[in-house]
Parts: sequence; C-alpha cells; structure tokens
Amino acid sequence: MFRIEHFVVEGLHCPKCIREIEGTLGENDKIKNARVNLSTQRLAVEWKEAVEDTLQNSEEVISALEKIGFKAFPFKTTNAQLEGDKVGKSLLKAMAVAGFAAANVMLLSVAVWDGGEMNESTRSLMHWVSALIVLPAATYAGMPFYKSAWNALKGRRLNMDVPISLAVILTCGMSLFQTYLKATETYYDAAVMLLFFLLIGRFLDQKMRNHARSVAHNLMSYKESKATLLHEDGHTEEIATEMLVPNQIIQVIPGGKIPADGTVISGMSDIDTSLVTGETVPQKAEKDTEVFAGTINVNGTLNIKITSTTGNTLLDEIIELMETAEQGRAKYVRLADRAASIYAPLVHFLAAATFLGWLLFSNVGWQGSLINAIAVLIITCPCALGLAVPVVQVVASSRLFKSGILVKAADGLERLAEVDTVIFDKTGTLTLGQPELANADDENVTPFNLELAAKLAKTSSHPLCRALIVACHDRDIPTIATESEIHEEPGMGLKATVNNITVKLGNREWCGINQNYLPNNRYSELWLKAEGAKPVLFCFKDRMREDALDVVHWFLRRQLKVILLSGDRKDVVDEAAEELGLSRYKYECKPQEKIEIIERIKASGDKVLMIGDGINDAPALSAANVSISPSTAAEVSQNAADFIFQSQKLDSVVRAYQVSLNSRKLVFINFALAAIYNMIAVPFAAAGLLTPLIAAIAMSLSSIVVTANALRLNFQKLYRSHEG
Amino acid sequence: MESLIYLIPAALFLGLIGLSGFMWSLRSNQYEDLEGATYRALFEEDDIEEEQKEKSNTKG
Repeated sequence: MFRIEHFVVEGLHCPKCIREIEGTLGENDKIKNARVNLSTQRLAVEWKEAVEDTLQNSEEVISALEKIGFKAFPFKTTNAQLEGDKVGKSLLKAMAVAGFAAANVMLLSVAVWDGGEMNESTRSLMHWVSALIVLPAATYAGMPFYKSAWNALKGRRLNMDVPISLAVILTCGMSLFQTYLKATETYYDAAVMLLFFLLIGRFLDQKMRNHARSVAHNLMSYKESKATLLHEDGHTEEIATEMLVPNQIIQVIPGGKIPADGTVISGMSDIDTSLVTGETVPQKAEKDTEVFAGTINVNGTLNIKITSTTGNTLLDEIIELMETAEQGRAKYVRLADRAASIYAPLVHFLAAATFLGWLLFSNVGWQGSLINAIAVLIITCPCALGLAVPVVQVVASSRLFKSGILVKAADGLERLAEVDTVIFDKTGTLTLGQPELANADDENVTPFNLELAAKLAKTSSHPLCRALIVACHDRDIPTIATESEIHEEPGMGLKATVNNITVKLGNREWCGINQNYLPNNRYSELWLKAEGAKPVLFCFKDRMREDALDVVHWFLRRQLKVILLSGDRKDVVDEAAEELGLSRYKYECKPQEKIEIIERIKASGDKVLMIGDGINDAPALSAANVSISPSTAAEVSQNAADFIFQSQKLDSVVRAYQVSLNSRKLVFINFALAAIYNMIAVPFAAAGLLTPLIAAIAMSLSSIVVTANALRLNFQKLYRSHEG
Repeated sequence: MESLIYLIPAALFLGLIGLSGFMWSLRSNQYEDLEGATYRALFEEDDIEEEQKEKSNTKG
C-alpha cells in the first residue's frame, strides 16, 4: 500500500549508526532504498514495487535492526506533521525570495542615495528596475501575511499582519506612483526588507513548532502497541492492539502492560494501577478480577478475556472528560496578538491623522499628504514587534530543550509565566513510581533478616524484591542467591530451603499470617517467614523524587500556592504531604474531582499549573491553564501536557517556570524598545522628514536590537537542585 | 552610465542563479537532515563497497 515506511530508531547518534543501518537494510532484496535521518531520529524505508504485505515486512526491518543493536518502532506520519513540513518549506521559499530581492534592491537603492552625480533618467531607470524586482517578490513573499490579515479582517479582528500587509502594499503602491512621477524618493527597499525580517521571525517560529511536534511524535511511537492473543488450541500470536475485539483471550506476561479492559480468567498476579488511579499499593488479581487497560501486570502470567476495547474502555471515559475540560478552557490570546490589538488601531489612527493634518493645514495636496501618511505606516510597521515574540520563543525553547524540557505548545511559555497556583499529582510525579524500603528502623528488620530475604529475592524480577535488593546494597548487606532450589509461585511469593529451614518470602497469604497481625493498608508489603521464627514485615513506599522537597519549597518561597491532588489512599497522601510540608492536599481524588477543584481555583481568578503523569491526571492536565508531564507519563497525559520533561529530577519544572518568566520579561522589554523607537521616529515621519535611508537604518537597527535582547536569555542562571 | 545597461542585468542574473540554486536544493530535500549530512561527507564510497563485499563473502 505505502511504498515508503518510516521508523523511529532509538539511540541514533553517530555516523557509524547510519552506515550500519543502511548497510544492513541494503542487503534486503525487498528494500529499494533505506535512508537514516539523524536530525529527526527516523529511518525511511522505500520498498521495491512488487512488495506487498508491508506489516510483515516492517517486522522484518525491526528484527533486522534489533540484531545489530537498535530498537526501532513503526512511525505513522500524520496530516498535521505533513502540513507543518509544507508550511515550513513554503516559508523558507518566501524568505529566500525576499532575501534575494532585498539584497539586489539594496544595491540599487544605495546607488540612488549616494548618487550625487546621477541624472534624472538614470535614477528613474534604477527605480523602474527596483519595481521590477520588488513587485513580484513582495507579491510572492508577502502571501503568508496577506492571507492571515485577510482571515483576521474577515473575522472582524485585527492582528499584527493587518498593519504589516497594509504597510507593504501601500509602500509598494506609493513607490510605484513616485516612480511614475519621476520623484526622487521611493521605498521599495523598505517594503522588501520588512518582509525579509518578518519572514525570518515566522520561519523560526514555525521551525520551533515543527521540532516540538516531531519530538513529541517520536516519544509516542516508543509506546508498545502489541498484544499476545491466546488461541483455543493454546498457541499464541502477536497482534496490534487496535485489532483486538471483545471476548478474545489475551496473555499478559509479567511486566507487561494490559492492552484492553477485561476480566481475568486464569492466572494470579499483582496489578500496578498507579498510572491509572494513582494508587501505589499493587492490587491482587485472580480469576474474575476486572483489569483495566494501561495498568501493569507485575509478577504472574495472566490470561484475560477482553470485555471492551477501544471505544468504550476506562481510557475512553477519561478522554471524554478531557474533551469537556478542554472546551471549558477559555481560548488564550497570545501576547503578540494582544499587543497587535492595541498597536494596530493606534498605527492606523496616526497615519490617518497625518493624512488629514497635511491635507487640512498645508498646501501639498492629497498626494503629498498620502505620501507622508504612508511614511508613518512604514516607520511604525512592527518589524521589531513581529520579531519580538518569535525570537524570544525560539531562544527559550532551544534553551529548555538542551536542559531536557520539550515545549509542546507554542503559547505554553506565555501561559506558564502567569501561573499563581501549582498543583502536583503524587504518584509518578512527586514520586518516581518505584518502591523503596520504608521500615528500615523497625526492630525486626535486622541485617540478618535482610540478608536472608535477599537470598530468595535475588532471583525474582518482582519490583518489591528488586527494591529489597537495592535496600541491601545501600546497607552493604551481601546479596547472594541461595544455592538450593527456589520455587516461585506467581502472585504469591518465593520458597526455598536455606540451612535446612524452609523460608518463605511473599505476601501475607503465602506466609500464612493472620490478617489481624500488624494490619497495614498504607504500604506495599513483603513478608519473610522462616520456619520456627517470628514473621518479619518489610514495608515499601513509593520513592520520592530526590529534589521534590526542594522544588515544592522553591515554589512556596515564591509565594505560589502549592496543592497536592492524589488518587492514592489517605494514609499515603497524608505522609507525603507532611514530608513535603504541604498543608493543602486532597487524597482519593477521582479524575472528575481533580477537574472540579481546578475549575474552582480558576473561577477564583487564579491561574493553575498542573503537573501530573497518570491517565487519571489527563483531564486535569487539559483543564488547567498550563500543564507539565514527565516523559514517563501515560500517552494521553503527554498529549494533554504543554511541556514534557525527561529527567529523574523535578527541577526541570522550576527551570521551565524560570525561563517562562524571563522570556515574558524580555518580550515586554522588546515591546518597550519598539515603542520608544516609534515615539522617536513617528514625529519625523509625520512631519515629512523621513528619507528612505533613515527608514532602512531604523528598521534594521531595531530588528538587531530586539534579537540581541532575546539572546540575553541564554545568560540566565537556571535553577538546579544540588547533586547527590 | 551606459555600463549599467549590462551591469544591472548581469547582477540580477547572478542573483537569480543563486536563488534557483537554493530552490533546487530545497526541493531535492537537502535540508531534511542537516546533522546526518555532516557525517555522510566523511564516508568513503570505496570503504562501503568493500565492507559489503566482505560481508557477503563471509556469508556465502
């Protein structure tokens, strides 16, 4: 069907990778051409014409790459992506044309400005040649602005493109008229230079957005979307998750993600629901337990009968909530547009006033008055304003990208700068979603017991067993697996004979411990029972990100309100809030409640930043004014978030906030610079004293000043939580 | 000043060559992967062929 297929390849970074991949795939007879793109981390494979059944062929590519050590994922191009690439290309073309015209016209203009000895007919020739270059170039290169201005006017709005288009069209028109009259001054160079500078701004803006979209897209492709279908005769088959239908039976291995909502028909295991509900203690799953898509099977193989697939799963309910939340979100008006809505009418008023002033109080006639009015339009034309926002944005996003934060929404930085309430989710956001030994001070948790437990735990891949091994490493306790045979019962625990004593490590039931003995519904637990000895309880809690406390306090010190909203149980949330020194928190929050709380805060006039990762946070992420997710977050949440950070630490959030504040400041400074420049230049223009040379110098100078100001963002010192 | 008659067209012509060169490079996707291109310039074509020969030899 598709002759060209794209793959995202993980860990592409060196020239050797290109050669290895292209060389290996080049040996495949079905492949006509394979080409690696290092910038986008993607591989394009072009099939030979006769090849059909690309699904099987793409499997072949993936396994061939796996053999040489690369992990590849099929990549689906979307319309938005293609559209973005196209817009970027057409902007680049417009920029090239404007640049060409600006350079050539400037050659002629400089000659005219300097032309002391130039006679009238030569000057006229120069003007006609300029017109010949500029008129087609301005028509072509100005299209993006004319179109946007036209759309705005049709919607009875004013945006920055209205004064830009007006200035360019009027300038060209006036210059043509002047050329016809054989006048001395024309402004062809101003019109085309203006377009050139503005197109640079547009192109940078577009490039940044494309880059963000492309990286976000790659992240999405990394998600597994395969399920193992179990046939009646017992053989298994790998199929794509989208192909699943209700009543099919699927097998989920330990560590695997459950692909669809269903009921367990056989097997026993623990289910980690933290990504869906925010609850950290794994839930037990046995026959007839209902399980949900997106949860993770921890330790036993489960056979699950699918009850519902895409279209009516828990996830779809969440998506529905998200959509409602998004609709309720007031459309954010970007700073540049807000500035334009003040600036554009003002400029138009000034130009009109100039025209009327000259017409009524002088004898230059309507032509002379019009020329002066257009001079006002040219000099005020928001060259600096047009660059003010995009240049700052580009510098800010590339700075953030280097420090591990992806700016997904173009206006995200502006919205982030306005925040006064920060809401954190707990599981997976403030915490890492990894268990850690919590009761090391308990008198029963002796090095001896830990070592004994480690003898069994060493062989298991259960997250709690691994956490136990980590706890032993931290305390320099040897972790050597026992030499005798270890029996592992899925969903229950481990059993082995150590020094002729039967030792069990596992859940309460496995170790035969009474429900009333040391009751606990706060921690994940692991029991150690050696024959003839008192049972030992190891408690585990979710590990806090190491700088969570610092980050929360950073926001509190800044007089921002910090709130913790968690879907986890009361005891667990109580403890986390106490540890972080937070007085405002809520536990056992359903997705709906999180939205309601956010709406209430927004109604009171505060701007909310939501930081969360779980599927249950996704609606809240779209309801908040601005949102951030870690890259470990569920797919829907990453889609909803405006920023994504890739770090074990939380300090990225502070850095994003700092950069957003600073970019807002720089944008305002840029606006102010543009305003000052106008205040000086407008009186000259209105008085009819503006020459084309002054216009050209003023325009380039203001653009350079604005760009240089934006680059200051690179010198800002950013927050880093201390190492260690 | 008569020299302008051919100097201006000559200047424009040269400029247009540059512009069409850029358009051509854009259309033939040379701006798709700026990073990869920096490395590809260093590949020796002969090496690649040799490598592949070696590979097929060891296989066959």
